[in-house]
Amino acid sequence: MTDQTPKIVEPTIFDLSSPGRTGVTFPAADVPVAALPPEHLLRSDLPLPELAEVDVVRHYMRLSKFNYSVDSGFYPLGSCTMKYNPKIDEDTCRLPGFVYTHPLQPIETVQGNLALMHTLQEWLKEISGFAAVTLQPAAGAHGEFTGVLMMAAYHKSRGDTKRTKMLIPDAAHGTNPASVGMLGMTVQQIPSDARGNVDLEKLKAACDDTVVGMMLTNPNTLGLFDEHVEEVIKLVHDCGGLMYGDGANLNALLGIVRPGDVGFDVMHFNLHKTFAVPHGGGGPGSGPVGVAAHLADFLPEPLVGIIEEGEGDEAPLFGFVKPQKSIGRMKAFHGHFGGGFVRAFTYIALHGAEGLKDIAQYAVLNANYLQARLRDTYRVPFDRICMHEFVAEGRFEGSDVRALDIAKRLMDYNFHPPTNYFPLIVHEALMIEPTETENKDTLDAFADALIQIAQEAKTDPDLLHNAPSTTLFGRMDEVKAARELVLCCWLPENYSEA
Amino acid sequence: MNAPSNLKYATSDEWFEPASGKVGITDYAQNQLSDIVFVEILVEAGDAVEAGKAIASVESVKASAEILAPATGTVTAINKGLADKPETLNSDPFGEGWMIQIEGGAAGDLMDAAAYSAYCESRAH
Repeated sequence: MTDQTPKIVEPTIFDLSSPGRTGVTFPAADVPVAALPPEHLLRSDLPLPELAEVDVVRHYMRLSKFNYSVDSGFYPLGSCTMKYNPKIDEDTCRLPGFVYTHPLQPIETVQGNLALMHTLQEWLKEISGFAAVTLQPAAGAHGEFTGVLMMAAYHKSRGDTKRTKMLIPDAAHGTNPASVGMLGMTVQQIPSDARGNVDLEKLKAACDDTVVGMMLTNPNTLGLFDEHVEEVIKLVHDCGGLMYGDGANLNALLGIVRPGDVGFDVMHFNLHKTFAVPHGGGGPGSGPVGVAAHLADFLPEPLVGIIEEGEGDEAPLFGFVKPQKSIGRMKAFHGHFGGGFVRAFTYIALHGAEGLKDIAQYAVLNANYLQARLRDTYRVPFDRICMHEFVAEGRFEGSDVRALDIAKRLMDYNFHPPTNYFPLIVHEALMIEPTETENKDTLDAFADALIQIAQEAKTDPDLLHNAPSTTLFGRMDEVKAARELVLCCWLPENYSEA
Repeated sequence: MNAPSNLKYATSDEWFEPASGKVGITDYAQNQLSDIVFVEILVEAGDAVEAGKAIASVESVKASAEILAPATGTVTAINKGLADKPETLNSDPFGEGWMIQIEGGAAGDLMDAAAYSAYCESRAH
């Protein structure tokens, strides 16, 4: 493919700046001009770019055309659930009644907002099988931190102070050990067995009276449902530990399995994955946490509750309630209301109970269809019926082509690459999650491209080593980018390295 | 894959030289990680380290990894130059890429070179 079109690189907004240009002309002041008190100025050397409004709009419009998004094409980024976000969500989260409210308003004036939050709490309880839900956490990892904080508070409240160790399988999300580390606990990694389940013998050996609990992602990052999940939970409970569920992969379970029923004690939801809140740069995320009854008293405050039942047909009065042994606030206000709650509420209402079940079933069906089409071309190391995603190896016998080359070459076929080099337990991992969004035509086009690329790896491996060739920029130097941390192409004139 | 016979090896892919007390990561480890872009040694000279506990953190373009002590003892030296030249771990893992030196060390449960080579081979599939 030879593209003769000259590649135009968009300058930065600082390069486009010209002294004196401005987007707004202020009217002459009709009050005496006073100087700003210097002690309140943080700095005087902040050279903001100077541009006309039209230049700013065109700059960002041009940049947006370079972007690849769920709205422009297939985005099978494993573990991220990059599903299509219905546009009705954008309408509802911009309703004036939601937009023009403030978290400090008296509750009587924001009953609609509180009713929506209360309903969302109830729906998430119903979907997950938990007794109570907080909406506060800002995103998934914040939800993990909140959940683990509650687990620690639970043990402490019972005078059980020996527990400092969290068990985390090697097929877990990387945020799990990070969240645990932030709380000063230690992590013990539990290996997977040959079928991609938690190794029960290794788990047994790790279970003792120092275990805070276990953080299990199920389905795990191999896209596999742990075949012994009930035994895993029993082992952890029997040694006095609590079971944390990483709900990042909940999309596969909607309407089929409720983690609370299986025996999990606490779990975070990723509204920005499962319930179509935009993410991947389009955030913010939202990471509500559900807990079983014995942890409900520890939830962050405040929760949205019914303060006063309505009489007859009257609506109840919604307000804020504080759980008895609350771990405190996890966020200054109530969480990501418009960006998260309203969109997720809309999405759940739009689909209904049966629709949510369809989502899980189509997500699983799509992943299995792709796995079936690709397993003869790309080795699938844990080859069994998968859930919402699967992991293949991006390498071929006797070839120096690697997962990264395959991922980059997919960009030439106008597909977003899958997640690569994760999970770490698979060599040259390509982690593929199609989501329920895609139809068979798209799945086939993607499978065809990957099969074609495998062919190219044999006949013309340099095509892969040098890919992508059709994008605005070619192969990036990842090593240089990571070693030379120059994050900005522009620095103030009097900048000196500290 | 290279595994010098004068060294002992941990299942978590660190090497230990009983004669000198030096510790580093193996050729297999650096190859799996690919280009290493960041090294942070978490212990200082004088610290007591315990086999199996973290002594350093290493990041590559693919992954980050904790480096565990293969022996118990007292740290006598750390390789300060690594922080500025993390690529040394790729180019010379058994030589210039040594990470720390341990004295009075009781080695943990370690393999010899032949056993370690077989162990690496078993993981290639």
